[in-house]
Amino acid sequence: MESLFLVIATLCYLIGAAGYFIYLLKEREVLPRIAWTFLLAGALFHGAALVMHAVVAGHFPLTSIREAISVFAWIFVVTYLVIQEKLQLRILGSFVSPLAVIFMISSRLLPTRAILANRAFKSGWLIAHVTSIFLANALFAVLFSLGIMYLLQERGIKKKNFGLLYERLPSLERLDSIARVCLMSGFPLMTAGLITGFVYASMIWRSPWNWDPKEVMSVVTWLIYAVLVHERLAVGWRGRRAAWLAILGFSAIVLTFVLTSLLFAGHHSVISGKIYG
Amino acid sequence: MSHIILLGMNHKTAPVEIREQLALACQKEVNPLHMLPHLQQVEELIFLSTCNRVEFLFTCGAVAEAISEVKALLRTHVGLPSSIPLDSYLYVHKDMEAVKHLFMVASSLDSMVVGEPQILGQLKGAYRAAVEYRTVKMILNRLMHKSFSVAKRVRTETCIGSCAVSVSYAAVELARKIFGQINDKRVLLIGAGEMAELAAEHFLRQGVKSMTVANRTLERAVELAARFKAQTAPFDLLLEEMKKTDIVVSSTGAREPIITYRDVRARMRERRNKPLFFIDIAVPRDIDPKVNEIDNVYVYDIDDLQGVIEFNREERLNQARTAEHIINEETIKFRTWMESLDVAPTIVSVREKAERIRQNELRKTFSQLPDLTGRQKEAIEILSASIIKKLLHDPIMFLKKKAQRDTRAVYMDFTLRLFNLTEGIDEVDPAQVESEKALDETFLKAAKK
Repeated sequence: MESLFLVIATLCYLIGAAGYFIYLLKEREVLPRIAWTFLLAGALFHGAALVMHAVVAGHFPLTSIREAISVFAWIFVVTYLVIQEKLQLRILGSFVSPLAVIFMISSRLLPTRAILANRAFKSGWLIAHVTSIFLANALFAVLFSLGIMYLLQERGIKKKNFGLLYERLPSLERLDSIARVCLMSGFPLMTAGLITGFVYASMIWRSPWNWDPKEVMSVVTWLIYAVLVHERLAVGWRGRRAAWLAILGFSAIVLTFVLTSLLFAGHHSVISGKIYG
Repeated sequence: MSHIILLGMNHKTAPVEIREQLALACQKEVNPLHMLPHLQQVEELIFLSTCNRVEFLFTCGAVAEAISEVKALLRTHVGLPSSIPLDSYLYVHKDMEAVKHLFMVASSLDSMVVGEPQILGQLKGAYRAAVEYRTVKMILNRLMHKSFSVAKRVRTETCIGSCAVSVSYAAVELARKIFGQINDKRVLLIGAGEMAELAAEHFLRQGVKSMTVANRTLERAVELAARFKAQTAPFDLLLEEMKKTDIVVSSTGAREPIITYRDVRARMRERRNKPLFFIDIAVPRDIDPKVNEIDNVYVYDIDDLQGVIEFNREERLNQARTAEHIINEETIKFRTWMESLDVAPTIVSVREKAERIRQNELRKTFSQLPDLTGRQKEAIEILSASIIKKLLHDPIMFLKKKAQRDTRAVYMDFTLRLFNLTEGIDEVDPAQVESEKALDETFLKAAKK
């Protein structure tokens, strides 16, 4: 039942992404509405699958990297659906929905081995840590999409060479102001995620800092966003540079998430999961 | 025969300082048309002054003398110091060259921004003034009306006009792509020019928050500010003004860029990197193209804007060629009319018409009376020929007598109309005649006041 729901959810996301992709090429009012509905349906099936999994396992479905990405994909889609409802910026879907498909499919392909012992997921600190980090990452994923849209549009206007997307993409200032909101709400969440992470780490390993590669990468990522926030607030950084930094930041997140989980040793990773598990 | 001379300077030949001084002096002082009675050699006179051109259009008998009189009028009446060498800035077109130039001006092909629509209105204004001062007579009257209809033809048969309108439309659309909403944005208008004003008007109509005008001459700035409900800013403090501005429309006649890379770069930090959109309508350019390299700064010159519009270069060139063809055609028509005003061709065409009628009538008569003998036919031919000769004798003598008078063109024109000889010279369409009548009536009313 659960895996059937996950397959249905994946298909829904795929159809949604395809709908948004066609919308990118053809301006038809129905397309984004259909695509949005499919994404919503996918999120419902996906959510139901996660709940079922949690009920069966008796804890948060976060014991493997597959589960973790699956949860993240769900949070990401829900975040997008909410943003879409608030902003009515339909074209954003064309850039965001492919990411949802990528996250979803990669969660199906990644290993299922446990990272952490089941008992760890009873702690409120860990749940707070994971939730805020995932929400922050979802917002930063949207920020990444906005950055790409901004760079495409800015390039066209700057080079005076308007491509197909010139008409379809919104104004630079709109993209920039949405990006600002995403950044300003994502950054405190990320900070909170890091702090709860340190608190939790100090509770389990007696030290908040253990030179775990994921810890190091997370702090580097946080620093990238911190620079972005600071520059925006202090000197009014915006536009192209802010977009590039947002893209860099999200790349760091992906790197942190995937590479450190798969390759490096540490208490966040799959390999070390055996030790701690 | 009268010559048509056009003497003037425009944005291509004179630096902006000279043109501004001239245009301003001409506006403030009594209209130079006032001086016509003092000009011995000049018969008819029209004076056109816009921000990009100052032109005198006149007719005369003795060309060289009239030109020096008009130049003297320029210098003394306008109060231009003799230290300024005028000749190098002036162009002088004679006869058909002058006609062609006027047609080019009227159809906005000689404008800084080809196709801008205001020049026609300015030309009509100049004509209205000339009617009020009664300085136009038959030739310039006809020429001006002709130039209006040529402009109309160019506008309807090519898309040169829509090009210019869509340039300012494109500017607003681009601003929307950069800023999204433009109703909280401030526009700075630097310099003045028909196209810049058009763009400014467009921005204003789209509801920008405020507009500021900076111009080298304060009078002009004040005038524009009143029109656009804008504030004025000192020209020297332009760069300071830029800190508060989002959109800059620039169209000065400066030879060198007035806004450089360093100027803008230094001020972006103070602007907190808010986007800045430059629309550079001036030729040569006011904004250093390098400014476009600065982050969050977008510079579009007139070519870029025209590139935005669908027309490609080839298409625009074709349009310009079509327009030029129309103008050449109309110039030739006008020349035919001018030439017909001379005595000899008038007499010839009167005689030709009479002979044509006589031949036609003879043919009809002979075909109805097949019994006529050779001698009878000959008698009828001689009879008809002598009737025509005698009938035309007095009118032709009259025309020959007028040949030495200045007013002969009026008589020639009248004769052509009397005998309906204008066929093939220049058809005037009835609608135009009506509209011209209305125009003339308003002028006459204005003149009476």
